Amino acid sequence: MTRWLSKNLIRIYAALAFIYLFFPVAYTMAFSFNDSGKRNLIWQGFTFKNWLNPCGAPEVCTALGNSIKIGFLATLFSTILGTMIAFALGRYSFRGRSTTNLLIFLPMATPEIVLGASLLAMFLNLGINPGFWTTVIAHVMFCISFVVVTVKARIASLDPKLEEAARDLYATEWQTFRRVTLPLVAPGIAAAALLAFSLSFDDFIITNFNSGTVNTFPKFVWVSSARGVPAQANVIGSAMFLIALAIVISAQIFSAAKARRLQKKH
Amino acid sequence: MANHPDAAKTGDLKLSSLTKRFADFLAVDNLDLVIPKGSFFALLGPSGCGKTTTLRMIAGLEEPTSGKIYLGDTDLTDTKSYRRPVNTVFQNYALFPHLTIFENVAFGLRRRGIKDVKEPVEKVLALVELAHLRDRKPTQLSGGQQQRIAVARAIVNRPALLLLDEPLGALDLKLRRQMQIELKWIQTEVGITFVHVTHDQEEAMTMADTIAVMNEGRIEQLGSPADLYENPKTAFVANFLGQSNFIKGTLESTSGADQFVNLQGTRIVIPAARNSSTHKSLLVGIRPEKFRIHNVGDTTTGNKLEGGIVTDISFVGVSTQYQVEMPWKQELMIFEQNDGGAPNLRKGDAVTLSWEPHFTFALDGDEDVTSGLSGADAE
Amino acid sequence: MAFAHAGTATVSKPGRAGKRIPYLLLLPGLLWLLLFFILPLINLAETSTKTPIAGGETGAYEQTFRLQNYVDAFSENSAQFSRSFIYALLSTLLALAISYPLAYAIAFKSGKYKNILLVLVIAPFFTSFLLRTIAWKQILGAEGPVISVLRSLHLIGADTSITSTALAVVTGMTYNFLPFMTLPIYASLERIDPRLMEASGDLYANGLTTFRRVTFPLSMPGVVAGTLLTFIPAAGDYVNAQILGNPTTKMIGNVIDSRFFRIVDYPTAAALSFTLMAAILILVTVYIRRAGTDELV
Repeated sequence: MTRWLSKNLIRIYAALAFIYLFFPVAYTMAFSFNDSGKRNLIWQGFTFKNWLNPCGAPEVCTALGNSIKIGFLATLFSTILGTMIAFALGRYSFRGRSTTNLLIFLPMATPEIVLGASLLAMFLNLGINPGFWTTVIAHVMFCISFVVVTVKARIASLDPKLEEAARDLYATEWQTFRRVTLPLVAPGIAAAALLAFSLSFDDFIITNFNSGTVNTFPKFVWVSSARGVPAQANVIGSAMFLIALAIVISAQIFSAAKARRLQKKH
Repeated sequence: MANHPDAAKTGDLKLSSLTKRFADFLAVDNLDLVIPKGSFFALLGPSGCGKTTTLRMIAGLEEPTSGKIYLGDTDLTDTKSYRRPVNTVFQNYALFPHLTIFENVAFGLRRRGIKDVKEPVEKVLALVELAHLRDRKPTQLSGGQQQRIAVARAIVNRPALLLLDEPLGALDLKLRRQMQIELKWIQTEVGITFVHVTHDQEEAMTMADTIAVMNEGRIEQLGSPADLYENPKTAFVANFLGQSNFIKGTLESTSGADQFVNLQGTRIVIPAARNSSTHKSLLVGIRPEKFRIHNVGDTTTGNKLEGGIVTDISFVGVSTQYQVEMPWKQELMIFEQNDGGAPNLRKGDAVTLSWEPHFTFALDGDEDVTSGLSGADAE
Repeated sequence: MAFAHAGTATVSKPGRAGKRIPYLLLLPGLLWLLLFFILPLINLAETSTKTPIAGGETGAYEQTFRLQNYVDAFSENSAQFSRSFIYALLSTLLALAISYPLAYAIAFKSGKYKNILLVLVIAPFFTSFLLRTIAWKQILGAEGPVISVLRSLHLIGADTSITSTALAVVTGMTYNFLPFMTLPIYASLERIDPRLMEASGDLYANGLTTFRRVTFPLSMPGVVAGTLLTFIPAAGDYVNAQILGNPTTKMIGNVIDSRFFRIVDYPTAAALSFTLMAAILILVTVYIRRAGTDELV
C-alpha cells in the first residue's frame, strides 16, 4: 500500500491541484444556474432562465460585444505587426537586434498599471478622450510582445534547409515564403492570434484606464461586483469557458485522429 | 517565367580559383576543378575539408568570396540559386512536410511555370518505384523511401547538374549499399552530371567515375578510384582511401624505368613512375593486401623483407589480418585472403614478407604519416 | 562542418533591396511600441516632476522638475510598497510550490494524457479573471463553503472571516498567476532528456537525489521564467487587493489607481509608477544575474 502511495503521490497531488484549479470555475458555472435576483450571492434555486436570457442584465451584452470587437481588432493588428517583427528577428541579421529584443521584452516586464496609466496620461495631454479606439491601441501595444515571442519560437524550430531546398527548386524569395515558410509557420501564428485574443478579451487594468465610457466585459464585472454580479455575467463567463474548451479539445482530437489515420495507411 | 533556367545551358562544370572565406577561417582555398559533363563525380574528404561548402557554392546557396563558376560557356557565379539549372539532394532530404509526395516532386516544375506536371512526376516516381506513395506525406515514409523521393524531386527537373550532399549518411549499411547501386544506375539512365559529396571513401570509390580528394579547402588529388587508390600522391590520400603501410627509405639509384631504394637495410626495386618524390628521403607505401606472408625460407618473388615476427592475428571472415613486427621496430599490417594460399601461422612465428614492385608507391620523406587518418588511428 | 552561425538562417547576400527588408518588417511594430509604450513612459516621467499650479483647477500642473515628488511619493506610501512586494513574493513562492509538482506530474507522469492535462491547466483561465476572483470572494466569504466547513470542524470561531484579509489577497493572486508559473516550468521539464535521469539512477542516485541534482537544475530556466512572469504582474496588481482585501491591505497599485481617478494627483501617480517600475527592474536584474539565464525573449 505504501509503495503504491509513494509511486502515485505526485499523481494524487496533481488531481488535488486540478480540483483547486477548477473550483472557482465550477462555482461560477453553478451560480449561473442560480435563480437569483440582481445580486446572485446566495443560492436560491436552480433555473435555466439565465442561460435562456443571457442578455437580460442591462449592459452585459453591450459590454460583451465591445470586448469581442476590441479583441478582434487588437488581435488583427498585433498579429500582423508582431509576426513581421518575429520574421525580422528570426530570419535576418541586422544592426540593433539587442535593442529590438529589449523593446519587445520591456512591455512584458512593465506592470499593467504603469502601461495603462502612462498611456492614458499621454492621451489626455494630447486632448484625446479615452474610448473605443484608444482601447484598441492600448491592447495592440501590449499584445505585440506576446505575438513576437510565440511566432519567433515557431520560426526557430523551422529547418532552414527546407527554404534552401525551395530555392534550389526554382522558387524565388517570395515563392519560398508563400509556399514553404508561411504554411509551416502558420500554426505558430494561429497560436499567437489566439493568445492575443485571450489577453485582450480578459484585460482589465489597462482597459480600465483607457476605455473611458466604453464598457467591456471585465469592466462590467468589476463595476457590478460592488452591487452584486448578475447571473448573466456568470452565464457568459461559463459559455466562453465551454466554447474555448470545446475548440481546444476538438483541435486536439482532430490532430490526434489525423495522426492515427496516417499511421494506419503506412 | 522569369526564373525558368535555360536547359540548353549545359556542358562541363568549371570552378576557377574558387575561394570561400568565413569570418574566422578559410573553407575553400583557390579551387580549380573541371567536372566533365555526364560523369559521376565525387568530392571526398573528412569533415571540415570544404567539400560541402564547395557544393553549396555550385548550388548557389553560398556566395564565393572570390573566383568563378562556369557551366559550359555560362558564368553562373552571380546567378541566384533559383535561376541555376542545378538541383540538390540534401543530407536530411529536406522534403516539405506540409506537402504530399506528389506535390513535393512537382514543386520545382510548378515554380518554373510548367502546367502539366502529372506526366513527368508520374514518370520519375515510376523510376524510383514509389508511385504508390504519391498521396502520402514525407513523415509517413521510411528513410530509404524519403531518400529516393528527394532524388526524384531533383531529377524531375532535368537539371544540367545534380548535387548530392552526403545523401546516404542517415541510412543503415544494407540500404546504403542498395542506394549506391540505384543512384549509379539512375545516373547512367538519365545521363545527368552527378556531383556527390561524401566522407565515405568506399562509397566514393563504388559510385564515382572521378574522385577529388579534398583536405583543408584544397584538392589533394584528382583521378579515377583505381588511380587514387593504387597510386596516391600524398600521405593524406594514401591514408584516407584504404590503409597503407609507410616505411622510411632512401633512394639509392635509378636505372631506366626502375629505381633502387634502401628500405631499412634491404634493397628493393620500385617503378620510377610510382615515385612522386624528388628527394632522396622517401616514404615507401605498400597497402596491406599487397603483401604476401611466408614462412622463413619459402621461395618468394618480387621485393622481399625478412626478419618479421607475427605479433597479432585477426580472422575477419574474408581475410586474415596480421600484425608483423619488423627488425627496425615498426609494425606492419598485412591482409591475406582466406583462399588457402597463406601458411598456417601463429603469434610469435618468424615470417618473411614479399610483394610485387609495381604495387609500391613512394612519397616524399617529409610527408606526415598520420595525415588523413581518422581520430583514433592518428595516435 | 564549415557552417556559418546556426540560429539565424540568413540569406547569404540579400542584395541592396534585400538589405532593407528586415528594417521594413520591423518598422510598423516598433513604431507602434515607440508611440504607445515608450512615448507615454517619457511623458509620464515628465509629469512626475510637475507640481500643481497654486490656485489653479484640479489637474492643472506646471513643470518644476521637482524631484522631491519621488521622495514624497515613496515615503508616504512606503507601507504599500513593501506590502506589494511582500504579497507578490508570497504569491510567487506559493505559486512555485503549487505549480512545480503539477508541472512535473504532467511532464513525467501523465503518459498519453499529457496534452489533455495541459489544456486542463489553461482551461480555467478561459473564464474572465474578474469572475474567478469574485468567485473566490464568494467561496471564501461568510456564506461560502470554506467557512462553513472550517466552522463545522470547529477550527475557527463564529466571527472569523477570510475575505477582506491579506490571506485572501495572497490566495487570489497565487491562483490567478498559476498558469504563468506552470507552463514555463512544464516547458523546461519537457525538454529534459529522460535518459539523463536514467543515467543518474544508473550512477547510484535515488529518486530524490536525481531530482535535486539533475532534474531541478535543468529546469531552472523554466523556474526563472515562471517566477518573473508571476512576480512582475503581481507586484503591480490591485484587482485582487480591491476585491479580496480591505483598506489595510492596499497595494501600491491601488494607490496609483486612486491618484489617477479619485484623488487627482498626476505627478504623484507618475512618480509612484516609475518608482514601482524601477524597483521591479532592479529586482529582476539582480535575480536574473544570480540565476544565470541570459536569453529571456
